[in-house]
Amino acid sequence: MTDATWVVARRRPALLPRATLWQGAVLAVAALIALPVLVVIGVALAPAGDVWRHLGETVLADYVTNSLILMAGVAIGTFVGGVGCAWLASMCDFPGRRIFEWALLLPMALPAYIIAYTYTGLLEFAGPVQTGLRDLFGWQAGDYWFPRVRSLGGAVVMLSLVLYPYVYLLARAAFLSQSICVLDVSRTLGNGPWRTFFTVALPLARPAIVAGMSLALMETLADYGTVQYFGVATFTTGIFRTWYGLDDMNAAAQLATILLAFVVALVAIERLSRRSARFHHTTGRHQDIRRFRLKGVKAAAAFLFCFVALAFGFLVPAGQLAWWSVLVAEKEVDGRFLTLVWHSVELGAIAAVLSVMLALFLGYARRLFRTRPVRVAVDVAGLGYAVPGTIIAIGVVIPFAFLDNRLDAFMEATFGISTGLLLSGTIVAVVSAYLVRFLAVSLQTVNAGLDRIRPSLDDAGRSLGLGPAEVVRRIHVPMLEGSLLTALLLVFVDVLKELPATLILRPFNFNTLAVRAFEMASDERLASAGPAALTIVAAGIVPVVLLSRSITRTRGTRPA
Amino acid sequence: MNALDVIDVSVAYDGKPVIAGVDLALEAGVIGCLLGPSGCGKTSLLRAIAGFEPVATGEIRLDGRTVSTPRGALAPERRNVGMVFQDFALFPHLTVADNIAFGLRKRPAAERARRLAELLDLIGLAASAGAYPHQLSGGQQQRVALARAMAPRPAILLMDEPFSSIDTELRVQLAAEVRAMMLRDGMTAILVTHDQHEAFAIADRIAVIGDGRLRQWDRPYALYHQPADRFVADFIGEGATIAGEIVGAGLVRTGLGEIAGDLAAGLRPGDAVAVLVRPDDIVHDDASPTRLPVVARTFRGSQYLYELRLPTGETVFTLAHSHREHEVGEAIGVRLDVRHLTVFSAGGDPVASQSARR
Repeated sequence: MTDATWVVARRRPALLPRATLWQGAVLAVAALIALPVLVVIGVALAPAGDVWRHLGETVLADYVTNSLILMAGVAIGTFVGGVGCAWLASMCDFPGRRIFEWALLLPMALPAYIIAYTYTGLLEFAGPVQTGLRDLFGWQAGDYWFPRVRSLGGAVVMLSLVLYPYVYLLARAAFLSQSICVLDVSRTLGNGPWRTFFTVALPLARPAIVAGMSLALMETLADYGTVQYFGVATFTTGIFRTWYGLDDMNAAAQLATILLAFVVALVAIERLSRRSARFHHTTGRHQDIRRFRLKGVKAAAAFLFCFVALAFGFLVPAGQLAWWSVLVAEKEVDGRFLTLVWHSVELGAIAAVLSVMLALFLGYARRLFRTRPVRVAVDVAGLGYAVPGTIIAIGVVIPFAFLDNRLDAFMEATFGISTGLLLSGTIVAVVSAYLVRFLAVSLQTVNAGLDRIRPSLDDAGRSLGLGPAEVVRRIHVPMLEGSLLTALLLVFVDVLKELPATLILRPFNFNTLAVRAFEMASDERLASAGPAALTIVAAGIVPVVLLSRSITRTRGTRPA
Repeated sequence: MNALDVIDVSVAYDGKPVIAGVDLALEAGVIGCLLGPSGCGKTSLLRAIAGFEPVATGEIRLDGRTVSTPRGALAPERRNVGMVFQDFALFPHLTVADNIAFGLRKRPAAERARRLAELLDLIGLAASAGAYPHQLSGGQQQRVALARAMAPRPAILLMDEPFSSIDTELRVQLAAEVRAMMLRDGMTAILVTHDQHEAFAIADRIAVIGDGRLRQWDRPYALYHQPADRFVADFIGEGATIAGEIVGAGLVRTGLGEIAGDLAAGLRPGDAVAVLVRPDDIVHDDASPTRLPVVARTFRGSQYLYELRLPTGETVFTLAHSHREHEVGEAIGVRLDVRHLTVFSAGGDPVASQSARR
């Protein structure tokens, strides 16, 4: 070939080394993300000491029982709240439905530990509710029975109130994707709305509902703030106690490993459910939904049901937080408060940017190399969302402390300088934990964005004269912008709300909004915790707005 | 000089050829078509012409310039080809106007504006220039994709199943519209499809591809009346094959009587053959002494397609006006009107004889 314009593009040989490099990097990233969990399991395998035997004889049974009761309670609570609201808000029609459809997601903005201490303030002896009752009925202290908020039952209610939206979201999507025809068929075969719901709609939506409940239960297992504040002994509080109180890394890791077993079971259930959810879709055709029109008492009951979920899950606690914030604003919102905000923003921004960069890297690897190792590696990297922050924190601190000690010893011996804690005492450790836990969030968003760029769009760009780099710049970048921004935001907000990993890993005297809110509340200075908590909730509303926007878009009533 | 030359081209994935030994040439201004069942390799050939797939053997030339050989290939963006994709692949973040002008960004602004206006006019979407792809109907998106590919005046336009996501009723009509637009713009084009009606509506020349081989590269008329092999005969149009025996020079005896026609050399009296009988080879004629019973019928609007049984038990088809209806079981008079005698060796697929005119 002597043609001067000839460009030899021998694709396979030229790509091979680069592909190997890229795939190797993907595997390395996945290994790093999995490292904390592996470390915890590894440490747990070391022979058990006295502390472990002590734990086994005394508190372990409590941890297991409390965790199981907590999970059972939250499972029931989120099922009733989530499925009930989803059915009413998506398949029935009653006044206020359109607002409920998105507003029912608002409780997601409240971290469980914040709603827990808010209700404690509301319902304690000196709180507005009991005071009001006493004034109204002339009761005296000890005259009357009042439920104790700070109890196992209280924790179940608190967690259910903020976690039901997971079930609501997935159940709602399942109900909407069910072909209206199957519901119509059931009606023509003589089943009323109730029978249709229980015999057709609910069984068809079961995989989605189970997946939603698994997510809610993962959050339940991961919760530290609520159970600690309520004095309920569970695995997470046990791990903290063993780690700090008894200073036994080995026993803490063993507790963490048992907790991990619960998590693995939940992940398995969630995965299986999601897979079978695909087979439960009846038809791809979406007709406009004809909702059951509710009237009179039924409409009022439906309204009340949704309103209770929304009011107790969001309006009441958010209102209380706002009121407290107003009360203490002058005293609390000062330079120190701004430092807290800055710390939170700093951590959130760093973690968000790094997490999105990692997600982009993994996402492109998944797109370019559809090989099994890459797929498995990307899957593994996305599993961190299921692992409780407490476990990740321990898994991060152990290797970092080891490295620090080694480095310090080496520098001391070689140069006579002590480097101290370079990694484990700095924000490097906190940010690493965030990356492990929240990479799933950015990965999911970025992958969804990349999937929208079908391969034919690349080809179209090439056939219209773009080189490979230009395809990325002129087609991928503009199409990905939205997803990247969403991913940044979601990770940022999640970091803002995260409590246990921050508590364990933050540098000395380094406080964030979440830590501050929790510490103030633990010191019974509930009102003073208001501004920090309210800031977290306000930030938490942002992803809810994003979600609710996508909900209104998929409402299924499209103008022609 | 041809707009496109495909010379002994094979395309392979992981060493396994999906299409092999294809030769075809397309003159400028002609619309060609690669037609075949799904999985026959036609899309791979199209993607090789576009530069997205390497060729395993042979050579592809565009306007006389070699662009693909097994040793290397010119990058797609340097080939001056336009491509319309099955899913249209419109850029969702750009308006209709920006999509169409996408390939014109290196041209002077005035030329760009003129060409854009011309194409918007051609596809009848000038009013929707500012709309985004998701706001358009499937047919409109299809036309935008076509205009975008045509905008830079490519040497050749490649279309990969461009009508497959359009409602069946609209396909043939849209194909005819697209043909008119391309002729007006003097385009050379190649279309890939599995739908012969679409192919007939748009193409001047059609390549029938089956099992990774080019079976016939011909005018639509010849594909129907003079199929090169059994595959083409079965794939294109309707018809039946019935058993026959060579009884003399250019004479075949069948269950329909003796049929005369030119036969390829090599066939001797006594040879068993299969004869292709198209519905239009049998004419309904009440005066004919040959009467065959109807075993099934399909209403086609202006015509009925009748399936008739021969005394040998074989069946053939005929088309008749629907002014008159014949019931199943009724015997109707028919007469043979075979213009193109097509016979194959009775054993199976290999070609025994090229069809010939009487």
